Amino acid sequence: MIKIRNLKKYYGTTLVLNDVNIDINEGEIFAIVGHSGAGKSTLMRCMNGLESYSDGSLEINNKEIKSLNKEELRTFRKKIGMIFQHFSLVQRKTVFENVALPMQLWGYKKDEISKKVNELLGLVGLETKLKAYPNELSGGQKQRVAIARALTLDPDILLSDEATSALDPNTTTSILNLLKTINKKLNITIVLVTHEMEVVKQVAQRALLLEHGNIIGLNETEELFLKPDEKMKKFLGETEVVPEEGINIKIYFPKDNVSQSFITKMARELEIDFGIVWGKLEEINTHIVGHIVINIKETQKELVLSYIQQHDIISEVL
Amino acid sequence: MTQILLPALGETIYMSLVSTILAVIIGFALAIVLILTSKNGLRENKTVYFILDLIINTLRSFPFIILMIVLFPLTKILIGQSIGTTAAIIPLTIGAAPFVARLIESALKEVDSGVIQAAKSFGASDFQIIFKVMFVEALPSIISAITLTLITIIGFSAMAGAVGGGGLGDVAIKYGYYRFQTDTMIYTVIILIALVQIVQSLGDYFYKISKK
Repeated sequence: MIKIRNLKKYYGTTLVLNDVNIDINEGEIFAIVGHSGAGKSTLMRCMNGLESYSDGSLEINNKEIKSLNKEELRTFRKKIGMIFQHFSLVQRKTVFENVALPMQLWGYKKDEISKKVNELLGLVGLETKLKAYPNELSGGQKQRVAIARALTLDPDILLSDEATSALDPNTTTSILNLLKTINKKLNITIVLVTHEMEVVKQVAQRALLLEHGNIIGLNETEELFLKPDEKMKKFLGETEVVPEEGINIKIYFPKDNVSQSFITKMARELEIDFGIVWGKLEEINTHIVGHIVINIKETQKELVLSYIQQHDIISEVL
Repeated sequence: MTQILLPALGETIYMSLVSTILAVIIGFALAIVLILTSKNGLRENKTVYFILDLIINTLRSFPFIILMIVLFPLTKILIGQSIGTTAAIIPLTIGAAPFVARLIESALKEVDSGVIQAAKSFGASDFQIIFKVMFVEALPSIISAITLTLITIIGFSAMAGAVGGGGLGDVAIKYGYYRFQTDTMIYTVIILIALVQIVQSLGDYFYKISKK
């Protein structure tokens, strides 16, 4: 659906996007992750032509964005909704007027607009706030209005630019759940830019890691977090603190393995004792994944490793 | 004394109102061009912005009384004569329009760039962004700008006496100052204070209802 090939962008002489290649599939929730200044917002803005790119190709539904003229780009943007970190609502318009604005600009009929706006405000749970002004709403409610506004023209794709970064964790979760619902119910592809790993874990099926305009990781979210490579670890700022004595073995729990009491079973069957010295379990896309680090004696190394191998468990000697 | 003051008040109101309306129309158009062509504007154009900026700054540096004299020929072409109340409207308008342009430009500049991006993201045209988004958002500031302009023009119009424009300022100078009629002077000042007060209150009222 979105096909990006060798995309490059310069600001003056500074390279902000370097040779980006991605395919984003229809119906997926795709995250672009990176620290500030990584180029993630720029990459997203290239998708609806808010930014131009210097080189390479970016096709959406087989249309090259760069080749569209001003009018074509306007029409094209109807199919791509967008939400922002600071909501970007018109302060002097009510909730209803804000959501109605895109349809008004495109000349829809009044009753059509009214029907659609009411329907969407129902979807985002704000049907009682029709006449409220943005400054009377909480951050989460404002973002819901912005989401409704982004959906009025029946887009195929929804771009979310740090949409939850200004919200508290609970509100973030509720907005993310709303995005999930929209993704499933309306079958809208969602691309989200974020610097929050929690957001990626909660909703994204796949994630792209961006650093200084370069792709440093692109994989399914569970894979990325379950077995992070060096770059990802550095990115997450994670380091294990483990004892220097003995052997430390990191055991990974993929999504279907966590509940199978592997650790205690191993202790029982091998009749050994070991310390659990580090570990992390977390929820990613409603699955529990994670790892723990056990500390064993040098002499038990072979025994434990062969047991782990027999049971098809991913592990790593630290 | 009423026979002097009443017509003078009428002249002041006539000159000020008409000039304000004209200045706002011209100033608004200029402000839109400034906003469109400014850096990172919707249609960035350095040359157009530079030239317009220069003209506005030049007009704003003229002392008003000199501007009136400089504009004599233009006034004569437009009105048919270069003296009188109606004739005073031309320099008042041209003196105030650049001021209005700056005020409205800064009001439009204050509009959150995020809202403009959002409008672009759902395919609004430049025209729609200016009138359906920026103008709506900036309306309270624009109302303040108009109030300020009207009051400034009331002040300027005192100088219209120099071209036979009449008005309260003229009365204050002619009777109050040249003929030492202190009471006339005091009355005109009181009327002017009341006038400015009313305009400001009205402006504040409209500002308030526009600022939801």
